[in-house]
Amino acid sequence: MKEFANKEKEAGTTNRRVGTTTLDVLPTGLAARVVAVDGEGAVARRLMEMGVVPGAPVRVIKAAPLGDPLEVRVRGYHLALRRAEAHTIIVIPRES
Amino acid sequence: MSGILESPARLNEPTPEQDASREVEARQLTVALAGNPNAGKTSLFNALTGLRQKVANYPGVTVERKEGVWTLQPELAPARLIDLPGLYSLDAASIDEQIARDVLTGRIERIPLPDVVVAVVDATNLERNLYLVMQLLETGRPLVVALTMMDMCERAGLEIDVVQLSKALGVRVVPVASKQRRGMDTLAEAVLQTASENRPTGATWRLSESAERELSALAAVDTDDLQDKGDDDATRRARAMRELYAEELPSDDARRDAVLEARARLATNATDWWQEPLLARYDWIERVAAGVVRRSDAGQSQRPSTTSLIDRFVTHKIFGPAILFLVTLVIFQTIFSWASLPMDLIDAGFGTLGEAVRARLAPGLLTDLLVDGVIAGVGGVLVFLPQILLLFFFIALLEDSGYMARAAFLMDRLMRGVGLHGKAFMPLMSSFACAIPGIMATRTIENPKDRIATMMIAPFMSCSARLPVYTLMIAAFFSGQKTLGFVSVGALIIMSMYLLGIVVAIVVAWILKHTILKAPPPPLVLELPPYRVPALLNIVETMRERAWLFLKRAGTVILTISILLWALITFPRSEATPVPSVSESAGVQAMRETGVEARGESVPATDAAPEEVTRRGEQVRQSFAGRMGRLIEPAIAPLGFDWKMGIGLIASFAARETLVSTLSIVYNVGAETDEASPSLIDAVRNAKRPDGSPAWTPLVAVSMMVFFVLACQCMSTLAVVRRETNSWRWPLFMVGYMLVLAYIASFITYQGGRLLGFS
Repeated sequence: MKEFANKEKEAGTTNRRVGTTTLDVLPTGLAARVVAVDGEGAVARRLMEMGVVPGAPVRVIKAAPLGDPLEVRVRGYHLALRRAEAHTIIVIPRES
Repeated sequence: MSGILESPARLNEPTPEQDASREVEARQLTVALAGNPNAGKTSLFNALTGLRQKVANYPGVTVERKEGVWTLQPELAPARLIDLPGLYSLDAASIDEQIARDVLTGRIERIPLPDVVVAVVDATNLERNLYLVMQLLETGRPLVVALTMMDMCERAGLEIDVVQLSKALGVRVVPVASKQRRGMDTLAEAVLQTASENRPTGATWRLSESAERELSALAAVDTDDLQDKGDDDATRRARAMRELYAEELPSDDARRDAVLEARARLATNATDWWQEPLLARYDWIERVAAGVVRRSDAGQSQRPSTTSLIDRFVTHKIFGPAILFLVTLVIFQTIFSWASLPMDLIDAGFGTLGEAVRARLAPGLLTDLLVDGVIAGVGGVLVFLPQILLLFFFIALLEDSGYMARAAFLMDRLMRGVGLHGKAFMPLMSSFACAIPGIMATRTIENPKDRIATMMIAPFMSCSARLPVYTLMIAAFFSGQKTLGFVSVGALIIMSMYLLGIVVAIVVAWILKHTILKAPPPPLVLELPPYRVPALLNIVETMRERAWLFLKRAGTVILTISILLWALITFPRSEATPVPSVSESAGVQAMRETGVEARGESVPATDAAPEEVTRRGEQVRQSFAGRMGRLIEPAIAPLGFDWKMGIGLIASFAARETLVSTLSIVYNVGAETDEASPSLIDAVRNAKRPDGSPAWTPLVAVSMMVFFVLACQCMSTLAVVRRETNSWRWPLFMVGYMLVLAYIASFITYQGGRLLGFS
């Protein structure tokens, strides 16, 4: 059981499914959907409470002048989060 | 994984029983106002209560408790309206959320269990706002939804079916427009009706079978808390939900073990078991939203919003920082120089008042206490008001318009470098004018550790009270000197002092964040709300609130210390000073009446009454403060200071600029000279040590300035830190560590300078 859990975790940090990527490397302006929030604790919970849950549409609007944090559009509102946090969000780009 | 959904409870046709409504009319209702940050909660609170509101702290914590009086109907007793902190959820472990939860479950002293909860919901942002509504429904308390920003919805091409939303949620939904005061009566009516029904709400969705089993098991077990015994099913279920899924565990051991076991069982099935209720809520929310929100015009919503257009400049790579620089400059300029006019007026006003009182009362100790202790003390408190009002005018304006979040967005990377939050930028910036409003402005930082770290370094920003000290030192020893042919040495020194403060602040912040305030860099999950035209009422209310809090809490401490300091330089009465004779006191009056108290005018007081000035000088030298000056002389000698400067240091604990007036008294120049007064400058230049060598040298002056950059000589700052942290621990720590730093830096400056051959 434990082994299985570890594998799950490993899979989470890389690509879980073909075509998925993480939000910090998603090209600016490209529409995507959240696949999973990979992480635990207060930050992951806060992200999900604010609507970053699987299925939610997301898009990176821009990076701050020093490259970090990112401005992200999710469920119709704008959210600033650091790249470290964005890295835990697995997304899949939407077919145009 | 996703939960099995039950259809939500239908809203029954309201059948208000006569008895129930009569009972409601007879007593005072308690209504709690909850909502996401930026949902328009403050505007609604202000519109409902007008200015009938008060601010206090919740017992033992620094979370602000705002409460007002809401006239539901003219003939009924007005309701108590409790404004909860802005929240996204009731789950996480932040103090704000904990407090909100305690209010909603009736666990806060002197706040009864709310009869009705009003959830403020931003209609333009329905899905995220409904998350909190879901959790409020789960608590089982009677709920009314106030729907804000409907006009913005229209502009964005969104249409909300209010009737449908009400049906889906099973509670009354009232669209409101706070600025135009529309919907206020309907909201009051909905609250009254909901209160008279007292029909509990409850969870309207279910989790997977295994999770539901754990929940029912936990809900069935009684807690140790007697208060909980009579809870209904919804409340029990909500508590079990919280225990199973929230960050903090129940305090009693047996229950904690039960919860941990339940969690372990769930975790064997799925590693992300904790996400289940989050996903189930959003799943349900999406279904509700799909039936309620209509895009009336697909084409319109494709057009970039005003906010996006503004953000193209405001968070632009080049324009963004430039605009932030300009905004900061304007604020800085305002608190730094425009506030000086009303501040001088207050200063002069209290000076005049003091002299008027002195002229009318018989000379003596009581008069001195009244004039030099009480009136000067009250003046010393009020003199900060212009800066506080102006700074909070700007802060409220920036918060309300949505710019503040952008400033944090722009500055976060830099602030993170020292382990602070992007939101620490504005408070630190304002501290260059004055640390007091700056420290009060740290409230926007949620994490208590980051907030305290920001407070602890705020006094290193060179505030305006240090300028008189810098000015005097530079006028006495570096005036007219140039280096490289054109750069004024004075300007260079002042700039170095500002830089010294900044560098030390960065280092200290880094150290604090890695030792006693150790915490991972605060995560930044910050909403960038749409830009909105700020509401004047909100701004006025913020200014009023801050000014009142300052006067009430910090003011009393400042007044006390100022009387104490007066006593230190007044007692014991010098034997060389008999009770002033009639002619002497006439001399005092003559001196006052020449208008020397008007600042900026350098009428040498020595012309008026030399004996009186000498007498006062003698008195100070003989006083406790004078004795303390001599006492600390061995300690401050390595910094280049003698005991007369020691008196100045002691007195300047009240406020830095006091050094100037104290030196004037000690050097027999008269108290009412300012830093540009030629007589004081001469006195400083000519002051001698017992061995005949000059007391002050350029090196001593620099050492003194370094000391003033780093030492926390400002009782008002300490009083404010005490008020903001709710304990004496942090202000005492602050004054202690800053004093140590100041001593070390001055020591290095003076001794190092002497080694390098400076004098």
